[in-house]
Amino acid sequence: MEYKISNRLRTGAIILIALGILGVGYGFWDSHHYKTVDDVKELLASEHHGGHEEEANNEHGTEMSHGEASEHVKESYNEEHAETSHGDEHEESASHGDEVEGHEMSHEEHVLHQIHNRPWSALYVAAFFFFMIALGVLAFYAIQYAAQAGWSPVLFRVMEGITAYVLPGGLIVLAIAYLAGDHIFVWMNPDMVDPNSSHYDALVAGKKGWLNKTGFIIRGLIFLGGWVAYRMISRRLSLAQDKSDDNKNFKKLFRWSAAFLVFYIYTESMMSWDWIMSVDPHWFSTLFGWYVFASMFVSGITVIALISIYLKSKGLLEFVNDSHLHDLAKFMFGISIFWTYLWFSQFMLIWYSNIPEEVTYFVTRIEDYKLTFFGMVAMNFIFPLLLLMNSDYKRIPWFVVMAGVVILCGHYLDIFNMIMPATVGDRWSIGIPEVGAICLFAGLFMLFVFTALSKAPLLAKRNPFIKESEHFHY
Amino acid sequence: MEASKVIHAIYTDDDVLMSAVKKVKAEKHHIEEIYTPFPVHGLDKAMGLEPTRIAITAFMYGCVGLTVAITMMNFIMIKDWPQDIGGKPSFSYLENMPAFVPIMFELTVFFAAHLMVITFYLRSRMWPFKKAENPDPRTTDDHFLMEIAVHDNEDELISLLKGTGAVEINSIDKDEDAH
Repeated sequence: MEYKISNRLRTGAIILIALGILGVGYGFWDSHHYKTVDDVKELLASEHHGGHEEEANNEHGTEMSHGEASEHVKESYNEEHAETSHGDEHEESASHGDEVEGHEMSHEEHVLHQIHNRPWSALYVAAFFFFMIALGVLAFYAIQYAAQAGWSPVLFRVMEGITAYVLPGGLIVLAIAYLAGDHIFVWMNPDMVDPNSSHYDALVAGKKGWLNKTGFIIRGLIFLGGWVAYRMISRRLSLAQDKSDDNKNFKKLFRWSAAFLVFYIYTESMMSWDWIMSVDPHWFSTLFGWYVFASMFVSGITVIALISIYLKSKGLLEFVNDSHLHDLAKFMFGISIFWTYLWFSQFMLIWYSNIPEEVTYFVTRIEDYKLTFFGMVAMNFIFPLLLLMNSDYKRIPWFVVMAGVVILCGHYLDIFNMIMPATVGDRWSIGIPEVGAICLFAGLFMLFVFTALSKAPLLAKRNPFIKESEHFHY
Repeated sequence: MEASKVIHAIYTDDDVLMSAVKKVKAEKHHIEEIYTPFPVHGLDKAMGLEPTRIAITAFMYGCVGLTVAITMMNFIMIKDWPQDIGGKPSFSYLENMPAFVPIMFELTVFFAAHLMVITFYLRSRMWPFKKAENPDPRTTDDHFLMEIAVHDNEDELISLLKGTGAVEINSIDKDEDAH
């Protein structure tokens, strides 16, 4: 079945991109209203302190809070926690007496940084979210090949379409990380590793063997190079298999997939340290790579299901039946629970032992991000658990779409919760910069994915498992 | 009322059995029972058996297990003797919940699994020392047996079954007390 990207879809994607650029542009313009510490002083004085979420947009709120004095106490208390997010972990720096001097930053200056970080972080979170969907699908695709799955070959072309976003998406994430510099990654500030600077941080300096800008970019390019190479090789072999008269290409693809999975599991882990965990350079967690993997895997599978349902509703995937949908929904269900398992394991181990140097990570999240932090658990766990448990519901397209949309929103929040507390602290919000960035990358994602989908027939013809897959029945 | 006379048609191949079941169902005869040495995929559908509800019971048992776990730990750790153990906050259930989750999870699984298995045993009448209901010992090895009730139509049934590839057809007088 040939697919041609419809004009409506293309226009929709372009409108999304345009809206997104406007939103992102507004975010930068808005945040750069505040140039100096004095601007922030004015902002803080005029702010209604109860509504932290609205602060960034609500620059000149006139109402004066009656609880001003007590709120200022809270502010300075929050500052300690927010400083953690800037890599100035309070407890630790206290133990290095000589450094404490270097960490003195006025509250206003600190808020100024947070305001300036926000549009960058919003952009980065959305960019990474859409990139990770494509990467998750690539891993799923390789697993299907390596496991010689009999049910999924009819969906290979959909997966190949989605993975077309790995290259542009990955480059965009790297570019944003590079351009944002210490707006997202505090360790990219050269002062932090300079012993003569007032911003010197011994802990960050101790990690500079790994956390340095050159290394970050080189590693990023290696990861991306490997993933993109597998994507291109697999696509080429998969298309060649359509035209060949033996299974040589399939066998090659099988071997490449197995090799890719080994490469992927190492690089994905390191990518999660580099691209996400290093926003909190004082904090570390050993299962973080797995946790990020679970997030990208379940989002990827969800997007495969959503796009398959969309294409099927257009009558383009007549060989995809509700058993395929059922299998995808089972994966969504199972991996959602796997994600929760990892989320909880990470949280509970740190909560239980309550070691100050680790627990600050969750302290900031629970204090300032209560709604998104626990809301995301409900969206990523309870919702799919109850919705997708029933076998019959997993075969109903609109049910899967509903669950899928909630899962995707939940995993956006997941990434949001990983990045934002470290960069904007308690001055977070989901407003124009965030939604704008989501629109921008959603549009780009759609454009790349559906263009790639229209480049090849939607059914892989000579895959050795294609007959089995077409008649797959559960 | 159960028929006192039944026909046992014996097959040696599950595909033949499946087509025989479809044929017999098409002729609107009631199949009392089918004995097979292993699960035959799709047989329940061909016979028109209703889907099992055991998964639903398992879900409910799981809810019971979760409730038991929560009530138990809430009473013991929070209500009855809220001791300070290593600084864990035992002021309310929610505050100390992460520590209880492993037990909540395990008890949910424990109740769901075990009660579901017991339900299965009860519903399918299986217990130790139960007398095996086996009309023909070969059905535990490599033969398939279809049991059809006779209602004054023995000859017609036998000729129908003969056409379905049965290797052996026996008319049996059923002992009413057997069940």
